[in-house]
Amino acid sequence: MASEMPDGILAAIGGVPRPPTEVVIEASDVQKWFGRLHVLKGVSMTVQRQEVVVVIGASGSGKTTFIRCVNHLEKIQAGRIFVNGHLIGYREVNGKLVEDRESNIARQRQEIGMVFQRFNLFPHKTALENITEAPLRVRKMPAAEANEMGRALLARVGLAAKTDVYPWQLSGGQQQRVAIARALAMKPALMLFDEPTSALDPEMIGEVLEVMKELAHEGMTMIVVTHEMGFAREVADRVLMMEDGQIIEEGSPEHFFTNPHHERTKSFLSKIL
Amino acid sequence: MGGGVTLAVVQFDPAVFWHYLLEPSSVYLQGLLMTFALAVAGQTLGATLGLVTALARLSRAGPLRAVARLYTWVMRGTPLLVQIVFVYTALAAVGIFRFQDFRIGPLIVAGNVQAAIVALSLNEGAYMAEIIRAGILSVDPGQTEAAKSLGMTYGQTMRRIVLPQAARFVIPPLGNEFNSMLKNTSLVSVIGVGELLLTTNTIVSATFRTFELYLVVATYYLLLTTAWGVVQGRIEQHFGKSTSMPGGRTFVQRLFGLRRSVEAGIPSDRR
Repeated sequence: MASEMPDGILAAIGGVPRPPTEVVIEASDVQKWFGRLHVLKGVSMTVQRQEVVVVIGASGSGKTTFIRCVNHLEKIQAGRIFVNGHLIGYREVNGKLVEDRESNIARQRQEIGMVFQRFNLFPHKTALENITEAPLRVRKMPAAEANEMGRALLARVGLAAKTDVYPWQLSGGQQQRVAIARALAMKPALMLFDEPTSALDPEMIGEVLEVMKELAHEGMTMIVVTHEMGFAREVADRVLMMEDGQIIEEGSPEHFFTNPHHERTKSFLSKIL
Repeated sequence: MGGGVTLAVVQFDPAVFWHYLLEPSSVYLQGLLMTFALAVAGQTLGATLGLVTALARLSRAGPLRAVARLYTWVMRGTPLLVQIVFVYTALAAVGIFRFQDFRIGPLIVAGNVQAAIVALSLNEGAYMAEIIRAGILSVDPGQTEAAKSLGMTYGQTMRRIVLPQAARFVIPPLGNEFNSMLKNTSLVSVIGVGELLLTTNTIVSATFRTFELYLVVATYYLLLTTAWGVVQGRIEQHFGKSTSMPGGRTFVQRLFGLRRSVEAGIPSDRR
């Protein structure tokens, strides 16, 4: 639908990047240990094309660790994560996981955009350079094309005037919008958001959520780890509640607001709503 | 307190001192040039070797890490003077390697000069490795994660994202290393490289103006390091001067802001 919307954010990158498969993420029985600490205890989930999935849960529940496994920023010890039908981070040799070559992992990550809690913009590059760096170096896009796309993306996230500005000259909300534009510039099939508003001052949360809502409405496939239940209610197709390394409850936003089953879910929601 | 008596036996001839200081012979100037060339070559190669070693130390490959550790351990644990003699004399004596003169265009690089550069670089590489490793570790790990998440390879991440940011931590100690390097070159006089100290020794043995000439050579080293100190100060001042700009951001971010904007011709304070 977004390709018909000339003013949409995704129009800046030539329309909604269409994942090649109907099931974008398929995770099954993902197990992860940090040393002796068992942080993911068999997480299974799927994300369909153009679906927006919000993951909630207390800190330490494993939600951030899980989405970091989806682009292999974290290793897993057992289970499988497929993105666009490809096993992420590993090759399967005689039923065992063997970590893939670094160049293959890098290629897989090109299809998976990620937005971090602490923005992680490159401080030695301007807003525009932050956005064009990966298209130029990784996609080998011609400079003129990359710059044009970068400017368009900055305009769509409301930062047309900030092209040549360095990250330190931007507010937290502005930095996070640049970070979203930077991830989108790779035309990813999927966007991961790791608590994108948790490091922001309250008055800046709205501007970032607005951009994310627009992306969701335009048909971007997204997993969002957040405590912003208003956002979940408005745009999530599904909400997952994680607790102690497992998904303990799953349902529509309405289900979570009106009729959560699990005791832990009820007490968690009562604290954040 | 008997000062007059002591002075009476000191045979210091100021005229000789000033003569050699202000009107150095061409031999002496060649020695000065050699000292400077050795320092620049040793520092450049040492920094390169240090970068490679630092990356090896931070590598995920165990054997690579072990080799890098062994190298820095040996180089930092033995005297530079011993290393110089070892590289030039000991290796040749046992028949492992003998440095031969070779020609680059019109320039003939003597075997002992090559050995001097090799020894100075090897030694410096170990110290630079520690400095660069610390610099890389000072960069927020979130930078690497962001680069990886965009599909950048290890090489791209290092070259484009991590090393430019590590540079800000490396530049000040690098300046101090070059100061040490300028002085350490005097050690290669033991293998007959005609740098400042050996040149002085030669002139001393011909003129017996021991005190005056060693005072001259000390003054020359002092002038060299002082001149470098001024340059180093300028470099750091240049990168640090924007610290008072509005925004109250770190020296680094400005450092790169300034540098990039100078390249691009864009005012860095544009908002």
